[in-house]
Amino acid sequence: MISVADLSRLSVGYELPALEVGPITRTTLELFASASGDDNPVHIDADAARAAGLDDVFAHGMLSMAYLGRLLIKWVPQERIHSFGVRFVAITPVDASPRCEGTVVGVDDGLAEVALRIVLADGTVTLTGSAVIDIS
Amino acid sequence: MPIDLELALAQPIAPLEVAIERGRLQAFARAIGETDPVYFDVDAARAAGYPDIPAAPTYLFSIEMEAVPPLGWLTDLGVDLSMVLHGEQRFRYRQMLHAGEHVTVRRRVADAFIKGPGAFLVKKTEFLRGDVIVADAEGVVIVKEKHA
Repeated sequence: MISVADLSRLSVGYELPALEVGPITRTTLELFASASGDDNPVHIDADAARAAGLDDVFAHGMLSMAYLGRLLIKWVPQERIHSFGVRFVAITPVDASPRCEGTVVGVDDGLAEVALRIVLADGTVTLTGSAVIDIS
Repeated sequence: MPIDLELALAQPIAPLEVAIERGRLQAFARAIGETDPVYFDVDAARAAGYPDIPAAPTYLFSIEMEAVPPLGWLTDLGVDLSMVLHGEQRFRYRQMLHAGEHVTVRRRVADAFIKGPGAFLVKKTEFLRGDVIVADAEGVVIVKEKHA
């Protein structure tokens, strides 16, 4: 976790320590479906995924967002997060190993804006987003 | 047209009353691969200054999913869930939530429009502890056109 002193000295361009996750197995998807309350069959039942036009089950967008959440709370205590938002850009297939990254893109008045992204091994960007962090 | 936009905007979504439970927070933390003890162990949480195990940042979405059925607000509009994509999600946090607390969840479809081959629904949610808004959320759901 970043020290309070380093946080107050944050500047644009700072890269958060990246978080590498996965592989996201079928078991992960089942555990997340159960624990998150999102029981949409396309994430846990290959027949349902195929009926929806996909080759196989794929990860919940909110699982990826949770991984970006982990990136943030590994970096700062959770109470420093003012806001956190993402756009779901591409599907995360089962067995993917996403890499979560963040870059400080703005610092103003005790708040830092962090640009967030998740990238798969083949370079596909699956999520983009941003968070505003209290750095005072 | 994959959805009746006017109905989506007009139809109210029932509020929820949710009790935040330690076991559920622990299961969620495990499912997302979290390792920080504060998200699993009450003593660790209290040593870190929290009254009990805190709800992780995206757990707010799972609080909404305690509706029965979880995506009832969509199926009540006649939407086929296999045609739905989650487009965007954002949260604004005012206060943390912890195990043992009770939350009221108020939801509404704030905007609904057609863009390209899909219908976009923007759902806004407020989370209250007592009468204090502790967080709010906005989610964009895309309902794809079904091809015959």
